[in-house]
Amino acid sequence: MLIADSLINIAVKSIFIDNMIFSVFLGMCSYLAVSKKVSTAIGLGAAVIFVLTFTVPINWAVEKYFLASGALSWISPSLANIDLSFLSFIVFIAVIASFVQLIEMAVEKLSPSLYASLGIFLPLIAVNCAILGGALFMSQKNFTNIAEPIVYGLGSGIGWLLAIVALAAIREKLKYSDVPAPLRGLGITFIIVGLMAFGFLSFMGFELK
Amino acid sequence: MSTSTATQTEVKPKSESLFSKKNRKLLTDPLDGNNPITVQVLGICSALAVTVQMEPAFWMSVALTFVTAFSNLIISLLRNTIPSRIRIIVQLSIVSLFVILVDQILKAYVYDISKTLSVFVGLIITNCIVMGRLEAYAMANKPLPSFIDGLGNGLGYGLILMIVAFFRELLGSGSVFGFKVFEAAGIPFIGNGVMMIPAGACIVVGLLIWAQRARNGYTEAE
Repeated sequence: MLIADSLINIAVKSIFIDNMIFSVFLGMCSYLAVSKKVSTAIGLGAAVIFVLTFTVPINWAVEKYFLASGALSWISPSLANIDLSFLSFIVFIAVIASFVQLIEMAVEKLSPSLYASLGIFLPLIAVNCAILGGALFMSQKNFTNIAEPIVYGLGSGIGWLLAIVALAAIREKLKYSDVPAPLRGLGITFIIVGLMAFGFLSFMGFELK
Repeated sequence: MSTSTATQTEVKPKSESLFSKKNRKLLTDPLDGNNPITVQVLGICSALAVTVQMEPAFWMSVALTFVTAFSNLIISLLRNTIPSRIRIIVQLSIVSLFVILVDQILKAYVYDISKTLSVFVGLIITNCIVMGRLEAYAMANKPLPSFIDGLGNGLGYGLILMIVAFFRELLGSGSVFGFKVFEAAGIPFIGNGVMMIPAGACIVVGLLIWAQRARNGYTEAE
């Protein structure tokens, strides 16, 4: 019961309160570049959910059993005072890049139709800051069991999808509005994102008990 | 910005001195006309997240300039030996090498700043400016111009970061680099909470882009 409660809390927190886009601005580059149409936004959002759900737990395990201070003691007690945490950046990004490459090859082989709709986004994902950011925030949160990073990855991904689909829908409508010429495109998009972030502030302090 | 007629007089390139016209252009173009943030739309994440105060923004700019310049240099030296299928992974590992270096230096000498920047130092690895310049410039150009290109783009990023941080810190907490301006001038100032939250950053960047485009006369085609 207690575990289920904390999982729901992590999910709500990662989707709404600590939303990847509106509270920490991760993955902004692809967020702004791919949010012109709702359909492509959904494709990229789905790919982000998928990759985050897998890479966050994998990186969590890697950190817990290899990188953290004293983590190598399961191999031999003499390794207990080794701290490899300074390597975390390069290991995390290697895990992410190789995972994305693997998934790309697997999807291409197993499901050509899924590859056609998701495939073009996968290489973009490896260098999306939301993915590496998910791993880095995860390592600050001291999760204790494997379910927590899975839920955290899934929730962050859903929050990202929510944000990009909402912005794409607004930008589709924006075509019909009369925006001052130099503000068109990037400028007004930034201001809209700012206003949407105001909206998401209202989730602040939410907690399920 | 300068007139193109001036280039016609300089016909023979005498073995590319360090301050040749081309190299100077590489350095100054990203400051305004080809700015990585406001024109190329790269590296937005950290630009919004670390600009609440000027000091972290300054260190972030220094860190990013260092990483971009040196990873451009190294990738450019290796550009003929990298197989194109695995180039992203090679680039990422070289970039993360420099980021680890920067992270350790920041932790050792300016620990408070390193705590404030938290994950954003690590996120320089996936900062689109670094990857974008590697892909677009260093993979196809000689080491020295690549280094200068990296330096210029880092400075262009830093310029925008400092402008955004200036307005956010001045209007948000009434200070510049931690110095209480309004208090020193004897003006009562409460501080504007909007500037302290991420949403304020978005709006400042949006207005900045508006101002820059209005000045340069650039309009985006819908």
